[in-house]
Amino acid sequence: MEAIINMALLTLLALVTVAIITQRSLIGVVILAGIYSFLMASVMIVLDAVDVALTEASVGAGISTVLLLGALHLTKTREIAIPRPKAGPILLSLVVGVALVWGGARIAALGDPNTAIHLHVGPYYLEHAVAETNVPNIVTAILADYRGFDTLGETTVIFTAGVGVLLLLKGLRRRGAGSDEAETNREEKMD
Amino acid sequence: MNADLIQRIATKLILPFIMLFALYVQFHGESSPGGGFQAGVIVAAAVILVSITFGQTVAKKIAPWGLIERMIPLGVLIFAGTGIVSLLNGANYLDYSVLAHDSVHGHEYGIIIVEIGVLITVAGAMIALFYAFVERGR
Repeated sequence: MEAIINMALLTLLALVTVAIITQRSLIGVVILAGIYSFLMASVMIVLDAVDVALTEASVGAGISTVLLLGALHLTKTREIAIPRPKAGPILLSLVVGVALVWGGARIAALGDPNTAIHLHVGPYYLEHAVAETNVPNIVTAILADYRGFDTLGETTVIFTAGVGVLLLLKGLRRRGAGSDEAETNREEKMD
Repeated sequence: MNADLIQRIATKLILPFIMLFALYVQFHGESSPGGGFQAGVIVAAAVILVSITFGQTVAKKIAPWGLIERMIPLGVLIFAGTGIVSLLNGANYLDYSVLAHDSVHGHEYGIIIVEIGVLITVAGAMIALFYAFVERGR
């Protein structure tokens, strides 16, 4: 049963990828990318990685789609057609594709208990996490506690992205029609 | 902004459930899938939905720029501050053992506190990104 679901999801993923490549309308591309994310989230659920699936569905399919549509609102919505496909990029894509397939055939089988990731700190977390942190979801325990430094780093990345956007926006506002104060006043009057 | 009638009514109906789901993902994240990152994105999605349906003026009443600007650093400060509190109590940075009367509860509280920090920063940054695009388009 799981094999059938996997095959159906992966076939749909491949179809959506081809559709994204051939699609010229960028709005179509954004919608298809959202569908891709939802399919990917389904694959994650089949793999029992529910936390990742939730992130993929909310970020990949939700927020990214809205932000990309917002970006399209500021630009043109049709991709400029390339007059003639060039040999170089196609060759490079083929080489990378063959390398990925060649490498993918050599990684350990999915769920093999004898691989490095299952023999290092994994068993310790599984055995001790609930007793040490009183948190039943081990993923949360690892992310926020055992790997707290990593998560602090990730949060700092989000912080940096937010600050970068704010700085860019402030700069644009000052160069634009009115200063910050003028804009705030206008909005207050509108209220 | 003149959104469709169905969209406006549906938004009003669905909004409390989105916020409730965000809180569920946040505070039930210790027992079920979820956590600060996912909950932060869902909170941002709720504000974005309001902005799309009722316009920026209404969305800014819920989440004004001043609040968003403060949320982004506040979350990181809560996270990093938890580490400082551990240091002051004589443990390693981000070692939650010393945050409560015993080690297990310390870890539990520590996880809840840093997840709230993640929620605040992620929600703030996502809303800021959306606002940036919308206001650039005016």
